[in-house]
Amino acid sequence: MTASFDEMQASREDVREHYRLYDRWLSQQPGDVMRSRREEAEMIFRRVGITFAVYGAKDEDGSGTERLIPFDLIPRVIPAHEWAEMEKGLVQRVTALNRFIHDVYHGQDIIRAGIVPGDQIFKNAQFRPEMMGVDVPERVYSHISGIDIVRAANPDGSGSYYVLEDNLRVPSGVSYMLENRKMMMRLFPELFSQHRVAPVAHYPDLLLETLRGVAPAAVNDPTVVVLTPGMYNSAYFEHAFLAQQMGVELVEGQDLFVRDNFVYMRTTQGPKRVDVIYRRVDDDFLDPLAFRPDSTLGCAGLLSVYRAGNVTLSNAIGTGIADDKSIYPYVPKMIEFYLGEKPILNNVPTYQCREEEDLKYVLDHLPELVVKEVHGAGGYGMLVGPASTKEEIADFRKVLIANAAGYIAQPTLALSTCPTFVDSGIAPRHIDLRPFVLSGKDVQMVPGGLTRVALKEGSLVVNSSQGGGTKDTWVLEA
Amino acid sequence: MLSRTADHLYWMARYMERAENTARMLDVNYQTSLLPQSADAAENGWKGLLSISELTEDYASRYGAVTDRKIMDYMVGDERNPSSIYSCLMAARENARAVRGTLTTEVWETQNQTWLEFQRMLRNKSFQKDPGESFEWVKFRSHLSRGVTVGTMLQDEAFHFLRIGSFLERADNTARMLDVKFHAVESEFFGTGNGQATKDQEFDFYHWSAILRSVSGFEVYRKAYRNVIRPEKVAELLILRADMPRSLAACMDEVVSNLHHVANEQSGETLRRAGRLQADLKFGRIDEILATGLHAFLTQFLDRVGTLGIGISRDFLVPVAA
Repeated sequence: MTASFDEMQASREDVREHYRLYDRWLSQQPGDVMRSRREEAEMIFRRVGITFAVYGAKDEDGSGTERLIPFDLIPRVIPAHEWAEMEKGLVQRVTALNRFIHDVYHGQDIIRAGIVPGDQIFKNAQFRPEMMGVDVPERVYSHISGIDIVRAANPDGSGSYYVLEDNLRVPSGVSYMLENRKMMMRLFPELFSQHRVAPVAHYPDLLLETLRGVAPAAVNDPTVVVLTPGMYNSAYFEHAFLAQQMGVELVEGQDLFVRDNFVYMRTTQGPKRVDVIYRRVDDDFLDPLAFRPDSTLGCAGLLSVYRAGNVTLSNAIGTGIADDKSIYPYVPKMIEFYLGEKPILNNVPTYQCREEEDLKYVLDHLPELVVKEVHGAGGYGMLVGPASTKEEIADFRKVLIANAAGYIAQPTLALSTCPTFVDSGIAPRHIDLRPFVLSGKDVQMVPGGLTRVALKEGSLVVNSSQGGGTKDTWVLEA
Repeated sequence: MLSRTADHLYWMARYMERAENTARMLDVNYQTSLLPQSADAAENGWKGLLSISELTEDYASRYGAVTDRKIMDYMVGDERNPSSIYSCLMAARENARAVRGTLTTEVWETQNQTWLEFQRMLRNKSFQKDPGESFEWVKFRSHLSRGVTVGTMLQDEAFHFLRIGSFLERADNTARMLDVKFHAVESEFFGTGNGQATKDQEFDFYHWSAILRSVSGFEVYRKAYRNVIRPEKVAELLILRADMPRSLAACMDEVVSNLHHVANEQSGETLRRAGRLQADLKFGRIDEILATGLHAFLTQFLDRVGTLGIGISRDFLVPVAA
């Protein structure tokens, strides 16, 4: 594992060009000012109620289950030319992924071309046979895509961006991107007069435009709603936030019902038809008649309305087939296959443990690799070789051998670091980036995304459920 | 708007109003307990407070004897008491959280801030250290909650359901308070009149002025009547005076006008009942009410308010049949 690429410092003395102004400002800030700003931020987040719910947990004072995601005051800065390139790569990648999903549920050209093996799709739990032959508006399946990007150091000291994973089901975090920016502008207005930071606040507008753009063709003035599992869901704040920002209803499953193959919501003035559902509920829970019968989060009969083209679900059912870790290794080839272009963004080299040769390599190199469960999410069920003890590696080896097909492995990337305000002062911590790509009539996004930071020293796990925090992300305008 | 959303808004407002009224009654009882009075009188005051909220049995089974300290604990911070300030503020905030997207940022933050601050006050034992100031704080947070609603929200359905919740709850609470307070002394003033109305004037003054104070009506009374405090006038002020913001008449005026804004195909009967109740207050006279008996009148009023609440839930809030 080579040394990490630091986003700010090229070397101990040398601050990167795009951070110079900020660095000068930071060096003039007394430590106690930064500390009091941090307390202020925390107080505001509490008051605004920007919290995430933790299932089954209680605070010491018994006051409940709402936690703050730690917010770091030092922004992650991306220079204009890097963003321009990344944006092109994101448009390309997400376009190809949507083409792939359409193909999977229609002609399956990519299987016949021998690029993705059929059993990787048909035996995949994320494949939804219900979606075969179903046509969706604009042929777009993943309207909201969260693409996780990391930067790793090259041997020559430069850094390269890699796509770590695609999130095409119900990616979350965009509300933190927006709230972090609001917070930074509130705490440090002077920084924004000194820097030309590309704005992000129009995201809800783009989202609404995207959702309206994929309404069933027959509808002129579509009614859009956000479907939430409810206020005890960990991302409830985000659901409520996005609904409010778009000015649409935030509904729960119990508010919806199906009649004559249309979806309606129950309102104080009687039933009202719903045309586009931005659902933040997993496929499995969407329709108790089609999927999990015990689900109370969805709406009975929804699938049949959907298949008839009388409502749009966003994202579509069955997008999981394209963001599964076992499909991830094929994405670069998908881009070439569907678009005839070279991939702009790199994949992390990936070993598929279901392949005998790859498995052998993985077993021989466990201490250097990150091994992930194919269907896992949230940083659970994985092994970070370099950070594990011999016993942990030995235990994991058994798990891996017992279910090799369930795992992939990647070299441990030294995620880039960014200076972060921690208890001991300012110190480098590892970060990633999740831009949110919107696909409707067009593919668009706001500059930047959500930067997550692993607050524990040396940790590479940025998930909020595992002690991660967030930072504001600045794309500097040229 | 979504029926469920309307339901949360309605209950958010009701619980906030209830928290305020609980604080008001506690405050008045607390202030009264500072006056020289017999132990019996003090205890009766606290017992009355429990019976207003129909909590006498629950209290007795868990706390036993009535003491001011224990009642305060029970009515302020006990999460198992559904009418405690704790329960009301939490329910108000949980309902607000469920529909935070429908509220303006200011309304939500006010509600959230109230809850966070209240928890801090409980930890610091503010209600024990300075009850008067703490009850005042609850009242102010309720004023603020209503004010920020009126000051920032679009006057659409969401607004009207909030208002309906506030005023229906207030009508209920004012009526309960009147019933208990008048009941305690009814025999002397409006009952069989056995000629023993010899309680000294001091008692009268403090008893009636406490009722007025609990609804911020003391100064209003002086202004409206420019006279000594007479129980029948107190009753008139709190029942029939439409210009007194906490009177039954004022509450029903608000309920009716807001109901008209949200009327739907099935709400005819509910609107009719609300209008009828409003008319009874508008055209009623205090001597008639006293002649039939205040307790009977208030009991019937509470029944009708209860029926109205059920009607509103059925017509607007409980999901319409598919």
